[in-house]
Amino acid sequence: MQFRVSKLIAEIGRMRKQYPDSTSAVLPALRLAQEEHDGWLSPEALREVADALDLTPAYCVSIASFYDQFHLEPVGQTVVEVCTNVSCALAGAQQVVEAFEHELGIDAGSTSEDGAFTLGTIECLGGCGWATVVAIDNRHRLRVQADDVPAIVEELRGA
Amino acid sequence: MPERPQIVFAGTNGGAVTKIEDYEAAGGFAPLRKARAMAPDDVIAELEGSGLRGRGGAFFPTGRKWAFVPKPDQLAKPHYLVVNADESEPGTFKDREIMLRVPFRFLEGCLIAAHAIASQHVFVYIRGEYEEEFEMLRDSLEAMHAADLLGGVTVVLHRGAGAYICGEETALLESLEGKRGQPRTKPPFPAVAGLYAAPTAVNNVESITTVTSVLELGATEYAKLGVENSTGTRVFSLSGDVVNPGNYELPHGITLRELIYDVGGGVPGGRELKAIIPGGSSTSVLTGAEIDTPLDFTSLVQVGSSIGSAGVIVIDERCCMVQLGIRVSQFYEHESCGKCTPCRVGTRWLTQILQKIEGGRASQPDLDLLLSVCDRIMGKCLCPLGDSDAIAVLSYVDRFRDEYQAHIDLGRCPFDGESSLEGLLAPSAMHEHHRATAAASA
Repeated sequence: MQFRVSKLIAEIGRMRKQYPDSTSAVLPALRLAQEEHDGWLSPEALREVADALDLTPAYCVSIASFYDQFHLEPVGQTVVEVCTNVSCALAGAQQVVEAFEHELGIDAGSTSEDGAFTLGTIECLGGCGWATVVAIDNRHRLRVQADDVPAIVEELRGA
Repeated sequence: MPERPQIVFAGTNGGAVTKIEDYEAAGGFAPLRKARAMAPDDVIAELEGSGLRGRGGAFFPTGRKWAFVPKPDQLAKPHYLVVNADESEPGTFKDREIMLRVPFRFLEGCLIAAHAIASQHVFVYIRGEYEEEFEMLRDSLEAMHAADLLGGVTVVLHRGAGAYICGEETALLESLEGKRGQPRTKPPFPAVAGLYAAPTAVNNVESITTVTSVLELGATEYAKLGVENSTGTRVFSLSGDVVNPGNYELPHGITLRELIYDVGGGVPGGRELKAIIPGGSSTSVLTGAEIDTPLDFTSLVQVGSSIGSAGVIVIDERCCMVQLGIRVSQFYEHESCGKCTPCRVGTRWLTQILQKIEGGRASQPDLDLLLSVCDRIMGKCLCPLGDSDAIAVLSYVDRFRDEYQAHIDLGRCPFDGESSLEGLLAPSAMHEHHRATAAASA
């Protein structure tokens, strides 16, 4: 534990040197802390970032709450996010979401009870020509159709 | 079939050039050496001569933007080049393909631009959702560093964390300074007081990549492509109800018909083309009858729209235009940073009024109210986010008024649950909020 924290602080220390003002490192530092803390920014994670950058935890919350990729509550081990903006919606994103809800047994916007999956609908992922785009732990699957979903979920459960 | 000169994607043959040896062997980094042998002002003059204008959406002349940045002897502060790689305008997905397929041409353009504005510091603000693209730039940058090509310039790849507003240049600068991404008042413009209050040029990925091509071809050759006021090529992102969606590099001035039918294969299943969003969701919609409009700055202004980010969304006859309005408005509501009241409150009003119309609960004054709210947003905020929602919604009502009227007259959606956008879903971050709203109004 102590080793992990010191590693995080060392890494953030390296990040802050890239900028004339160390506050600039808050986004990459929060991203790293989130990765190191099971995908969400717990109070401890925020405290670590604050300490490493000479900021307050409250300041870190004010930043984290502004950006969609930061989570202030626990998330599942695997985060599945379906783009439902116009181009994906025209290609059937609604049915893709329904298929994931069916396969995972949870509603979009929630986490499964065993903590394995979080399912969400999100804004444009910049893959409109390859609709529907599904981000699985921030890695994009392109041209996903509702029929593809059972195999994807099976793959994720096996992984 | 229209001619398809490859300028941004030159040398890729449909693939990617991701090895530094391959890029260099095909003439890569010669434009950089050429630029470094020139005085910065001469590089700027070359860009002005090419007619290159910003590819992010505002279409501001690239050379002129650089000319606004004071010289180090005029303002003794560090100078910054910030590249906007925060691509997130719905309908637009070109910058990521550029970063993946021609990473070295892009990074070379960064160094040329840095030379032109006498900057030693480049920040590339890349969208947090672009994982693979970030890795590609990181590895390419490493290879350039090893090949000693950076010339003392530091290039920092800075990842965003999910906020559309950070594509607005002053919000991007705030975010890069480690703050919430909320736009600043202008003036001062970033050229004078940008990142850390120092002179800063902010350019889009495609613009920067094209800079390399302009130096390679020369301004005169480059300006022969395209049309007056809109020189060169453009990477058009084609999506929606079209047979072959994807990115296509084509000269400015080709028509929507050429893009959608000749290149894109037309609307699937022989269905009728209903509407076209020509430049990302922030631009006014066109009807299928306007298909012969050329894709250049002036032609789109003439029909009351904009070339924007060149993200073309094709919509066929199955789509309910009120539902389209709801989904677009939900996007801007979700992405509003909350700083300006007309945007923060107005985008929510637009969504709610549109939902009332779609649900068959609206009467005539609701349509008037919708237009009135648009009017109260337009031009009253620090940045164009709220305006974008109002412009889009106004254009849907303007071009498809009968369909909006039919919702009110019939007291239901005339598509009877058969619209291609039926069951549309807002981002889940908004679910609870809307459930609470629904409960409160029940």
